[in-house]
Parts: sequence; C-alpha cells; structure tokens
Amino acid sequence: MTLNEVRDVLNAEVLTGEELLDAEVHSACGSDLMSDVLAYVHNQSLLLTGLVSPQVVRTAEMMDMCCVIFVRGKRPDASILQLAQDRGLAVLATDKRMYQACGLLYTAGLNE
Amino acid sequence: MNGDDRIHLSYQVEGGDLTRAGEASSGVKQTLRKLGIDPGTIRRVSVCMYEGEINMVIHANGGLAMVDVGLDDITITLTDYGPGIPDIDKAMQAGWSTAADSVRDLGFGAGMGLPNMKKYSDEMKIKSIVGVGTTVTMVVKIPS
Repeated sequence: MTLNEVRDVLNAEVLTGEELLDAEVHSACGSDLMSDVLAYVHNQSLLLTGLVSPQVVRTAEMMDMCCVIFVRGKRPDASILQLAQDRGLAVLATDKRMYQACGLLYTAGLNE
Repeated sequence: MNGDDRIHLSYQVEGGDLTRAGEASSGVKQTLRKLGIDPGTIRRVSVCMYEGEINMVIHANGGLAMVDVGLDDITITLTDYGPGIPDIDKAMQAGWSTAADSVRDLGFGAGMGLPNMKKYSDEMKIKSIVGVGTTVTMVVKIPS
C-alpha cells in the first residue's frame, strides 16, 4: 500500500513529507525501543513508535525506512521534524494506540 | 578506489549531547552511499557505527570514530577516554546495561548495543582499560 493509504487507515495527520506519500510500503515495525529496531528490523519501511526523540529519526535513517508514525497522540517537536525533512523521511501522527494502529495496518494488507 | 587504496574517514563524536548522537553515523552512511557501497553493507556498518556512537556519547563523553573503507571490507574504530569497561564478558550479555534512565528515554540503554554491534559485524574486538578508555574495532566485509 502507499503512505497515502496508511494515512487514511490510521486517520493520521501528516507532519512532514507530504510529497513522499506516493511511496509504496510493504511491511512495518512497531517499537519504542530503538535498539530492538536496529536488532530485528530487516526491510520494514515504516516505523510506528510512541517514543518521541531525535533518535527515532536517526534509527529510521540507519535502517533505510521511509516513514515514522507517532502513535498515542504523541507529537515530535520542530527539531525532530526538521531532522526528518533533512533525511527525506515522512512523519505522520495518529491518536490510535500502538496495538490498534499495528492491527489496522496489518488487516489492511501491510503484513509481509 | 584502485588496488589497495583505502579511504579514511574521521569524526569527532561530541559527548554529553544525547540529542545529537548519530550525526557521525549519518555522515558515514551518506559517504558510503556516494562511494557506491551496496545497501546491505551500508546498513550493517550504519548499525555498528550508530550503536557504538550512542555508547561513546552516553558512557564516555564522546571520542573519535574512524572508518576505513577498502575494496573488501570496512573497518570501524571507535576510541574513547571514558571510564572503561570492567567486565567485557558481562557487557556483551544481551540485556546487561549500566545506562541512566535519561538514555532509556531515547530508546536505548536496554543492553543491546554491544550485542547488536557483534551481530552486524564480521569481526569485533574490544580493548578496554578501566580509568583510561575503550577502543572498539569492527570489521564489516563487503560481499564480492
């Protein structure tokens, strides 16, 4: 599915990277522990997290991901968004909780 | 690159500022991309370097990161003048951590750093003297 569809499924707000939303994604990962993302992620292109820190963007960058989605209504500050923009990452935010957000995306077909 | 020529990259990693941790790793990643290194190798180097950089920032008040790029391998050498590691075997255990809560707020400090670095590198050596500092050397081989 595309990031546009991801946004619709999660009723998410686009915080940066509107121009990147045509990108296709095939799998995702949900975690608040960045070391686990570094340890276990292979080709997931989407990171769902409730952790608000610049290291979320850095971790996504290291793992060649294209989008970070903040769950549970978390909102990153301007410096985090700027970093994401500089690194070519889209950032979305949804009020849904992690479990629900992952479940909705999985059901909608993001299940590789 | 021709023959035995190697490219040397060097970064000063600033200590203390947890929010900036990862800048050196990001620089390395971008340089490796420009050099045309394959994406899988770049990702392995990125994880090794990033976890090591986080360690230098949180435990050792920064240090020096050197990355040496050859045709067959990439060698990362991270040197700090921090407190040293008293028990390296223990530090290598997944889940063992001495990190502060402020580090956990960043999504690290769960005792996965050194195990991750070992997992993603082909060779890893740690030399550490308590009260003097630590040098971690990692080699990532480039598939032919």
